[in-house]
Amino acid sequence: MKVAFTSRGNSLDSEFDERFGRAMYFIVYDTETNQSEALENMAGVESAHGAGISAAKKLVDAKVEALVTGNCGPNAFNVLSGNGIKIYISDSKTVREALEEFKEGKLQTLSSPTKGGHWR
Amino acid sequence: MTIAVASGKGGTGKTTIATNLALVAAERYGYVTLLDCDVEEPNSHIFIKGQKVKEEVVNVKVPEVDESVCIECGACSDFCQYNAIVSLKGKPVVFKEMCHSCGGCSLVCQPKAIHEVDHRIGMINFYSAGKINLIYGLLDVGSPLSPPLISTVKKYESKNALNIIDAPPGTSCPVIEAIKDADFVILATEPTPFGLNDLILAVEVSRKLNKKFAVAINRVGSGDDRVHKYCKEENILIILEIPDDRKIAELYSNGKTIFENLPEYRKSFEEALTKIDGVIQNG
Repeated sequence: MKVAFTSRGNSLDSEFDERFGRAMYFIVYDTETNQSEALENMAGVESAHGAGISAAKKLVDAKVEALVTGNCGPNAFNVLSGNGIKIYISDSKTVREALEEFKEGKLQTLSSPTKGGHWR
Repeated sequence: MTIAVASGKGGTGKTTIATNLALVAAERYGYVTLLDCDVEEPNSHIFIKGQKVKEEVVNVKVPEVDESVCIECGACSDFCQYNAIVSLKGKPVVFKEMCHSCGGCSLVCQPKAIHEVDHRIGMINFYSAGKINLIYGLLDVGSPLSPPLISTVKKYESKNALNIIDAPPGTSCPVIEAIKDADFVILATEPTPFGLNDLILAVEVSRKLNKKFAVAINRVGSGDDRVHKYCKEENILIILEIPDDRKIAELYSNGKTIFENLPEYRKSFEEALTKIDGVIQNG
């Protein structure tokens, strides 16, 4: 299974980003091969509107099945959950910490958006 | 002729200035149109009380996809810069509230699976208050895009009489839409650090739009003289000063105008309108 983590950098040791749509990178970890790759999210960072929607599309296109992030707005939530991507919430400092928490089953899944639109 | 009352900072007196100037203009010219373009929180109608004449629903165009014709090519999704139409596992999904109604998705759709439909964003209310014709836009709750509604309110500007626009605060798209066609812009501010900071931004916007503009300072006597100093340094005309007077605040909180209730301040509004007239006529 592929799991995406929101990140400020391009590796497992990068700082975990609590934002979803405007996270600089998604670190996509494959639980079968234990390999990870970085997906950059410049389109999301630079978009004036709909950053969450475009980020969610990126994960749907990458065939990710789970997401670990800090927050998720309503549009992103609808796209992700509507396409079968489970959302887990973490407040880890690094992506590696979030990954360990995920592997240990310590993270809660999200059943509704954590924020309104525009981070409100 | 159109005068827009704008401000960088909110709560600096746009509505106070717009409504009182409208009363001066109505008395002087016999007729004036007051357009409240602060569509997220219009409040001119609280001060200018009139009879409702009519209302109009305002819609924008948003795409609708006929899935039986769609070939799942993703051209619409690639084209949209606002992520308002997004291909998910091939199927285009529309996010109406993100849409800027450019129509691009329907143009790039080869099989013509996309057509545009109406999506309501708000309404316009028309009031008649003696010599004042009051028109105000009201954005629907949950609708994030106000410029199309502001632009529709502006369509009702009078062609041969004076219009006064009560603009939204700030310096972003809604403000640009409200002031871009005005002949003169009044920038309301207060003599405080916040007032000056946001005035400077509003001045930059007005200069970029090549607008004739002047500053109105509200609550003069509170705060300090930094706004006055800035205007002097920048050679910006101060067209109106409203003193920090508790009586004015009390009137405002009761939905009453300065013009109708505090005759001692009438003159300053009358002079402001005369000065604007002069600037518009003589450049």
